[in-house]
Amino acid sequence: MRSMYAIYRKELGHYFVSPIAYVVVGLFLVLCGYFFDLYLSDAMRAALEAQMQGAQFGMPSNFDVPSEVMRAFLGVLALFLLFFMPMVTMGVYSDERRRGTMELLMTSPITETQIVLGKFFASLTLFAVMLLPTASYILFMWFKSEPMPPLRVVAAGYLGLLLFGGSLLALGSFLSSLTENPIISAVLTFAAFLLLWALDFGSSAAASTVESVVHYVSVINHYQGFTQGVIDTSALVYYLSFMIFFIFLTVRSVDSMRWRRA
Amino acid sequence: MIEVQDVTKSYGTTTAVDHVTFNVNKGEILGFLGPNGAGKTTTMRILTGFMPATSGTARVSGYDVFKDSLQVRRHIGYLPEAPPLYPDMSVEAYLEFVLRIKDVPSEKHASLVDEALAKTNLGDKRHELIKRLSRGYKQRVGLAQALVHDPDVIILDEPTVGLDPKQIIEVRHLIKALAGTHTIILSTHILPEVSMTCDRVVIINKGKIAAVDTPQNLTSQLRGGQRIRVETKAPEKQLQDVLSHIPGTVRVQVASAGGDGHVAATVESAQGQDVRSQIAAKIIEKGWPLFELHGLALSLEDIFLQLTTDDAAHAQPSN
Repeated sequence: MRSMYAIYRKELGHYFVSPIAYVVVGLFLVLCGYFFDLYLSDAMRAALEAQMQGAQFGMPSNFDVPSEVMRAFLGVLALFLLFFMPMVTMGVYSDERRRGTMELLMTSPITETQIVLGKFFASLTLFAVMLLPTASYILFMWFKSEPMPPLRVVAAGYLGLLLFGGSLLALGSFLSSLTENPIISAVLTFAAFLLLWALDFGSSAAASTVESVVHYVSVINHYQGFTQGVIDTSALVYYLSFMIFFIFLTVRSVDSMRWRRA
Repeated sequence: MIEVQDVTKSYGTTTAVDHVTFNVNKGEILGFLGPNGAGKTTTMRILTGFMPATSGTARVSGYDVFKDSLQVRRHIGYLPEAPPLYPDMSVEAYLEFVLRIKDVPSEKHASLVDEALAKTNLGDKRHELIKRLSRGYKQRVGLAQALVHDPDVIILDEPTVGLDPKQIIEVRHLIKALAGTHTIILSTHILPEVSMTCDRVVIINKGKIAAVDTPQNLTSQLRGGQRIRVETKAPEKQLQDVLSHIPGTVRVQVASAGGDGHVAATVESAQGQDVRSQIAAKIIEKGWPLFELHGLALSLEDIFLQLTTDDAAHAQPSN
């Protein structure tokens, strides 16, 4: 446990000492802010139009601005993650291998599982730090909007983001453990993310068994429910097993570095 | 302290280490000498628990390196060929990190870091980022990393590479000072380093051990004048007889050397005995012309070349 924490601290320190964290978090937040503003003004315009139309035909408007904004915002955050997560994970193992520090870790009294989990939780922490400032937008809506943003959607949405992001991190770390070159690792990860995302296209009808399986495998699919405030058990199971599966594969991959010719 | 028994490591069809057996006693400095690709690094990686052997057993401090790998790794300090450094860390933070992953209780950290910094003369670079250090300093940080947790066994893969002559001397002194309380294995391709620092030498070539001995024994042929070549003109049998009777000679080999009845004899004397003057006196006494008389000195280089090259031509000792 202590060794795992040592890896966790080192890894987190690495993110924040090197420019990675600042570049990734900074750009992520710039984009988040821009899109939040975009969605908010869009939703407000739409609500205003609905209101005017409602007044014209004598019907009350039931346009829920906060829910609408939340759903669109959470959706676009997930899209950003596809682009930002490869940058977070690309060096996780590649850098250690390139610098030869993997040899230090692997000749220390620490198991592969401790190394992998320490690194995984560090990247998850960085991700949480990345998301944290976006909570200020929600707070802003909390105080300014009428009705208030539904707590259910906010909580489920952020849980969904953490699970979705965690899955991407687990997959990205695994791919990083396969190569010494961080660029190759980033490209592989990005391609894998796009593929998992694109699996959803053309299978939404879910007619045949194959299509429904493909539909189930797509990472982004299970996320939709969360943006509407629904915590679906199957989505929870999907994301957790996705993470555990790739963490397991990473442990095997790190272990195999001992057997491969260095 | 370290027992290596019949260890073999093969990658696919190539055998990097081939049935290697040796022991290292507590407090001893063992030098690992061999050309590039001889299997030095592989052997060290097996000992540190980095990679498993294909067959054979190795034990460090009584623990099997494969079965009790974590225990072994607790008792070992290892400096790989390229020091495993995190460029973005300061020297102090790096050593503390190493202590943490070596599972050393945190109350000991401060004193152990101080000690390691003092031993490697890094006190003034304590807060410097590793990426700003010169190569020699980086090497010293690597060395500090290997000994910071006060391990029983320290394994150093080419510890003096990249250091300037003054630093090399410092590192050698440091390694010598560490012996006694620590058991040390170091690999090198610099021969004088072995004779200066090591208690025993393992010469390894193509995965096989070519020789295990003290550097003194390996170089005694150089210093003791143990083998002497004499060229004269005399009947072979008579020369053999005369030389064999000189006190201190162990073995005499006589062979004709070219035409004109020249005869060359190789005389091996007992260790520490210089029989050159007696040989000269005897030959003059017999009235034979003396053409040549010199010690066949084997330097460690020669021994090394002899042991590590297949080419028979190299096996001829030079003067």
